[in-house]
Amino acid sequence: MKPTGIICGLLFASLLAIAAHAVEPDEMLEDPALEERARVISQDLRCVVCQNETIDESNATLAQDMRRLVRQRILAGDSNEAVLAYMVDRYGDFVLLRPRFTSQTLLLWVGPFLLLVGGAFAAARYIKRPVVTDLSDLSDEELVEVNVLMKETDGSDSQ
Amino acid sequence: MNPELGHFALALALPVALVQSIIPLIGAYRRDAALMAVAGPAALAQMLLIGAAFAALTQAFIASDFSVVNVYQNSHTSKPLLYKISGVWGNHEGSLLLWVSILAVFGAAVAAFGAGLPDRLKARALAVQGLIGAGFLAFILFTSNPFLRIDPAPVQGMGLNPLLQDPGLAFHPPMLYLGYVGFSMAFSFAVAALLEGRVDAAWARWVRPWTLAAWSFLTVGIGLGSWWAYYELGWGGWWFWDPVENASFIPWLTGTALLHSAIVVEKREALKSWTILLAIITFSLSLLGTFLVRSGILTSVHAFAADPTRGVFVLMLLALAVGGSLTLYAIRAPKLEPGGLFAPVSRESGLLINNLFLTTAAATVLLGTLYPLIAEALELGKLSVGAPYFNTVFIPLMVPLVLLMGIGPMMAWKRSDLAGILGRLKGALAAVAIVFAIALALSGIAVVDIAGSAGIALATWLFSSSLIEWAGRVRLFKGAPSDVWRRIRSLPRASHGMTVAHMGMAILIVGVSGSSAWKQENILTMAAGENVTVAGFEITFNGAELIQGPNYESLQGSFSAKRGGSSVALTPERRVYDQPVQQTTEAAIHTTFWADLYVVLGDGPTDDRRYVVRAYFEPFVPFLWYGILMMGFGGLISLSDRRHRIGAPRRAAAVAEPAKA
Repeated sequence: MKPTGIICGLLFASLLAIAAHAVEPDEMLEDPALEERARVISQDLRCVVCQNETIDESNATLAQDMRRLVRQRILAGDSNEAVLAYMVDRYGDFVLLRPRFTSQTLLLWVGPFLLLVGGAFAAARYIKRPVVTDLSDLSDEELVEVNVLMKETDGSDSQ
Repeated sequence: MNPELGHFALALALPVALVQSIIPLIGAYRRDAALMAVAGPAALAQMLLIGAAFAALTQAFIASDFSVVNVYQNSHTSKPLLYKISGVWGNHEGSLLLWVSILAVFGAAVAAFGAGLPDRLKARALAVQGLIGAGFLAFILFTSNPFLRIDPAPVQGMGLNPLLQDPGLAFHPPMLYLGYVGFSMAFSFAVAALLEGRVDAAWARWVRPWTLAAWSFLTVGIGLGSWWAYYELGWGGWWFWDPVENASFIPWLTGTALLHSAIVVEKREALKSWTILLAIITFSLSLLGTFLVRSGILTSVHAFAADPTRGVFVLMLLALAVGGSLTLYAIRAPKLEPGGLFAPVSRESGLLINNLFLTTAAATVLLGTLYPLIAEALELGKLSVGAPYFNTVFIPLMVPLVLLMGIGPMMAWKRSDLAGILGRLKGALAAVAIVFAIALALSGIAVVDIAGSAGIALATWLFSSSLIEWAGRVRLFKGAPSDVWRRIRSLPRASHGMTVAHMGMAILIVGVSGSSAWKQENILTMAAGENVTVAGFEITFNGAELIQGPNYESLQGSFSAKRGGSSVALTPERRVYDQPVQQTTEAAIHTTFWADLYVVLGDGPTDDRRYVVRAYFEPFVPFLWYGILMMGFGGLISLSDRRHRIGAPRRAAAVAEPAKA
């Protein structure tokens, strides 16, 4: 091996030693059913030092610790909800990527529904808006003309 | 070109932009043709000046002129040429310069090709473009100058983040910006129409091509970003509901709504004031997207305050653009003439409901993205809003929309017959039932299988009803072949474009549902010579070796994947870039038509020469890219419609106008 090769090799070794990649084989639980639960729970938990990454996908050391913690709780017999509650106790509400329904998150959860209903109401009103609301701009002759036209239309509709 | 010339050209572009906005506005107000005529040449001059500035910065990057701070901070001599060039927009200052460059090109295009536009509308639209340009130019010149020098010049640059050194990400920002800036045209026309006090079918026809072009670029731009995340981040996810992704997705949603509501204005002169509002909102959200991504505000409100000059400037620009246009809207919109009436079951209603769902979805994504900031600002505590929230609220909004997409194109204007349409769609309903049954039979009956199968059934509905609608228009299988061919040729390109884009959406839904439901993975440690099986692929690890890239060292794993008789080689890499020293993961992806086999080389070697290996089977992921390409392509087909080219020159009410005024 040439000297540069050795240097590169050393550089690699030092860098790779710190590089972790999401879930590592040595973290995984032996029981596939329990491991599957751990994965599902992990996807709802935020790596608290990362920007919007779940602990399931994060490479951070802290995320790894959190993944281990989740698995410990599962092995201890906690249900999925109990694991999440345990994590919230330790790290606060910040850790949940699906915020709980509380007074602080009321608008977050109800907002989309309110918008849809409000929008539907406005759309319905638009569709059912009256034909002409304002005749005040029209001159007297024009009003007479409108009346004649409306009578004609009524006549044709009833035939 | 030298950087000072670029800087000078940019500084000169600012007064030119002000001239482009103020003089034509006065001219349009006074109906002075000479003053209005200033807009065109000013727009062309602005393009030349900003183009010169952009060329100067690009030149500095290509020549690795490290006396320019921006080049020093974002480039390196060992970088391949492509990434030296993409480094121009791979940073805050340069990306803003790209933004105004595209704006200037679009403005010049209106000036050069807008001969069919009424003089006053054209002058006012160009004036608004000039105002936007002036705002951005001032922001660049006063807070984010890309041409600053350092003395003495460093001998070497700091390099570009290796994650950005990638073909997908090299073209991602220009595509997004073509989209964002394209929406600025719709915005300018909307503000110009409000100033004029009239919106009609002709107006919609001028706005639609810009909206279509912007939408197509934004679609492809978002797709490129997603594709990049998929192959570069190393675990096969393709959408994360990350605030940065949402920032581009929100204007896409409202832009899609705008695209559809403009049709109603064009055909029926209804929904005028709503369409104007959508144009304003879509561009405002594009502005928000541009700034949010680079300001740091998405991480925390406090990060935003770290650079107060930029932050305050951004807020002022946003307040002026959004506040100004909305105020004008509030004053003028009530005076717009109400358009044609329509029944609750009609094409207009269908498009209105489309808009209802799309804008609610956009507002929901915006709410979720900003909620942590709102909560922090109001001291409601620190909380996170991530993918589980967005999936919970977004999917229920999309399902009815897609159901409607199957029916909408068949609805008649004014009044339509739902029973008749459903009768014509019996074939689609049958296809849905068959596909759903087959999908369940092949996958299983677990909850994920049902969800995945339902997604594919939904896609089948959209695909087959789009096909039936298109077949009905060209009388496929009903007329003589020559007659069918004649109909295909005479059908407006906009109709073909819609069919292709809607079918692309169906393909995309297959990709989304299939990959979410049936992804398989195997994470393990392997030594050379060992095998692992994933989804029928027998994967053999042949070892790993160090190789030298142009500006990185790489540990390259060698795998062969066998299924049936054939075998393919897979070479995932872990790269360590020289400058800055940073590691990236290059997944090896083998794509069949239906699925990807995705292999990543993880940690290792351990003392006993083992490596962590992640092997994923990603079913239907290629469908995401097919679908997105089809959608973008559908937009371009629609753009080529001759109605846009000949541009509906005469306004119907042109004769009546003097009487009203």
